[in-house]
Parts: sequence; structure tokens; C-alpha cells
Amino acid sequence: MDTKVEIASFEKPKLRVKDLNFYYGSFHALKHINLEIPEKKVTAFIGPSGCGKSTLLRVFNRMFELYPEQRAEGEVTLDGEDILSKKLDVSLVRAKIGMVFQKPTPFPMSIYDNIAFGVRLFETLPRVEMDERVEWALKKAALWNEVKDKLNQNGSSLSGGQQQRLCIARGIAIKPEVLLLDEPCSALDPISTGKIEELIHELKVDYTVMIVTHNMQQAARCSDYTAYMYLGDLVEFGPTSELFMKPKKKDTEDYITGRFG
Amino acid sequence: MSDKHLSTQFDAELSGISGRVLEMGGLVESQVSQALYALTQFSGETAAQVLRQEERVNQMEMEIDRDLSAIIARRQPTARDLRLLIAVSKAIANLERVGDEAARIARTVQKLIGTGLNTRLPLSDLSFEADLAIAQLRKALDAFARLDTAKALEVLKQDDQIDQEFEGLMRKLITYMMEDPRTISSSIDLVFVAKAIERVGDHAKNLAEAIIYVVKGTDVRHTSVEDVENVVR
Repeated sequence: MDTKVEIASFEKPKLRVKDLNFYYGSFHALKHINLEIPEKKVTAFIGPSGCGKSTLLRVFNRMFELYPEQRAEGEVTLDGEDILSKKLDVSLVRAKIGMVFQKPTPFPMSIYDNIAFGVRLFETLPRVEMDERVEWALKKAALWNEVKDKLNQNGSSLSGGQQQRLCIARGIAIKPEVLLLDEPCSALDPISTGKIEELIHELKVDYTVMIVTHNMQQAARCSDYTAYMYLGDLVEFGPTSELFMKPKKKDTEDYITGRFG
Repeated sequence: MSDKHLSTQFDAELSGISGRVLEMGGLVESQVSQALYALTQFSGETAAQVLRQEERVNQMEMEIDRDLSAIIARRQPTARDLRLLIAVSKAIANLERVGDEAARIARTVQKLIGTGLNTRLPLSDLSFEADLAIAQLRKALDAFARLDTAKALEVLKQDDQIDQEFEGLMRKLITYMMEDPRTISSSIDLVFVAKAIERVGDHAKNLAEAIIYVVKGTDVRHTSVEDVENVVR
């Protein structure tokens, strides 16, 4: 399948994926992926379960390295630097490329420390600056007003939607350049989902955002670019408005119109 | 649309609304035919019938519009499905206008019956223009039923014929008016009828363009016939 994808020249690619293959043991999960992710835009990955979209996201911050039987071949460059290179410290990659997961994963500590924990791994900040950083991150994640009077409460005391925004705040507190969101709203109600989507829209001013979602309307609502994947192939990639109005490939059209079966 | 959705209910809704558009199309097509019959046969009764039907057409437009909004709200259609619904919305607006043109002709007939029509005027030319327009409308509706872009393209190509017929008719009516000023009043009425028929052709053309948009995803309004041919091919 031809997966060559071109982005209009005015977009600067933040991440470049060149002939990426990924294996779970002998299972070939991603097949010759070529892709350029534009900077400070939201790129959504859609496709049926098992298509490789989450796998691709996990490659971007080397999450797969936790499992010895999983391996990636090919090249993923962040501003020209190969992030799959063993020479590059994985924690430095993750400092630049943050990730938020499907289920909110607050640490069993206070709201304040949930944010400060990650920052302390990379920076030693005086108390006042740390306070400022926590407030900044919580404000960015549109959570500050709801938690400013209870920063010492446990993170798990928050509602699901608040917990997810706390995780996003934690993700951005270390000031990454890229934010990976793996099904960030699948466990949330429509109002919390709306808040997260609004947040995604604001985050792209500073960050390059990639989101994996099963909710096609969500991809249509909040992304600038959309990639449709199927069985490890990148089938189609393009501006979201085009992909949802006039997809180039029939496979894409069948999927987004609900004719997939 | 050959492939079926996972949701058979969605399929039923889409084919249901397309069917309603065709039903509305059939209704306005017969309205135009009747309006012309009323004109050539001088039938006040038929003219009145055309005007009565207008209400039904307007009603249908509103009903289809309501169903359309409901489908969009409930299904959040994308790609070809969304384009079909947008085309349905445009199609019914155009069909409703065709109904208006038929009613306009019918009202002219009623007026002419009141004042008397000079029988020397070229009514058969008007009939010919009307036959062309009705054939175009029928072809466009046919193309819509099958989402047939080749047929839609034919409609676009043939629109010129009606325009030429309209211009020829104008020249003829001007000649009549110059030769015999007593025909001026009726001639002017017939100019409006001819214009109404020409507009029916334009609406058929708009419908044809909407069909190409559904199938190809390309907006071919304000595009040369040659360029449209490239899109359809």
C-alpha cells in the first residue's frame, strides 16, 4: 500500500517517520509507515481496534522499550534527531514527548505533588518557582479554578474528568514539545470530554499534539490532520476537513461512513 | 450507493429521503407539464390545479428539510453520506423553485384568459422550449435516482439548447410586438413564461451539479463543461 504522504510545504514537520516497522515478537504490527507530523497542530489517528494507532503513539516516546519482545525498526526523528537511537537517553525523549493515557493515572499523592513529581525529575526549582509551575500547568489544563483551594488533597479524590486534566497538567508541566494522547476521553462524560477537547485546541498554540481516538467525531472536531490506519498500514493521511468530506481512498470512506464490516 | 452501512436503519433513512426528493421531483415535473398544458389549451381549470399543487410542494420541502436535520443531528454523517444530504438540501430548494415557476406560468394563464390572448403568438415555440426543460428536469431526477454522473453531465451539456431556444423566442416576440403593437401586452406575458421555463432548465442544471458533487466530491458550479467532463471521467 502506498503510504507516501505529503504535507503542504507551509507546514513545518515536527516529527518525521521514515519506513517504520514495529513487531510484537513475530507479529508485524506497523508496516512501512512514512509520515510527517506538522508542528503545533493536532494530528488524530483513527482506525479499528488492532490497526496499530496506539502502537504508533507508543513508539513516539519509546514506551515499547519496557517490553523486551517488542522492537521498532526504521527512523523517527524529532526536529531531525533520531529518537529511536539507543544513544539517546529515553528519559530525555519522554521529557520532550509527553503522554497521557486512556485511563486517568493520578499518582497516589497530593494534586500539587502529582504535578511537581515529574518536574523534579528534570529540574531543581526553588519552592516559589515550583508553585508557579504547578499553577501554570493547572491553568493550562483548565483545572486551576477547580482545585486551587485543595492542592494538598489526594489526586484520586478528583472526578474522572478532573483526573484526566490533572494527568494532562502533569504532562505539560515538564514543558514537552509534543503531547501524545491515547484515547484521553474514552472514560469521560460528554462535559469532561468537551473540556478536554477545548484544552487540546488551546494546547496546540504551544505544542504538537497527537491523539488516538475511537471516536471519529472527536477526531473530526479537534484535529487539523487525520491519519486512518488499518492492519498496521497507514491508509490515508491528510487535512481533517478533507478526509472527512472527500477521502481519497475508498477504504477510508467506508470506515468513516460506517460501512466497514 | 452500493455498499451498505453497518446500521441498516441509516441506510433506510438515506434511501427514504432520496425517495422523497424523487417524489417531490415528480410532483413539480407534472406541475410544469400541466402549466404548459393550461397555456396551450387555455385551460383555467388546469391552471388552478397547478396552483393548488404548489401548497403540497412547499409542504414537502419543509418535511424533507426536517427529516434532513434529524438525520444530520442523529447520525453525524461524513464524506459521501454528508455530501448526499447536502445535495438533497440543494435539490429540494431547486425543486421548490421549479414549482414556483410552474405557478408563475399558471397565474399568467389565468390573467391571459381574463384579458384574451392573441392566438397568432408563437405558443408552439414556447411548448418546444418547455418540452426541452421538462426533459432536462426528468433526466436530472433520473440521474439523481441512480447517482449517474454521465447522465448529469448530459444535463449540463444540454442546458445551452434551452438558452438558445429562449433567445430565439425573444427575437420572435420582439418581431411580433414591432409588427403589431396590439400584441405587446400578451407578448410581454409570454416573455415571462419563456423566462420561467428557462429557469426550470437552470434548476435542472443545479440538480445535475449536485449529483456530481455527491459522487465525485468536487464542486462543479461555475465550472466550464470541459472541466466538468474531466471531473466525471
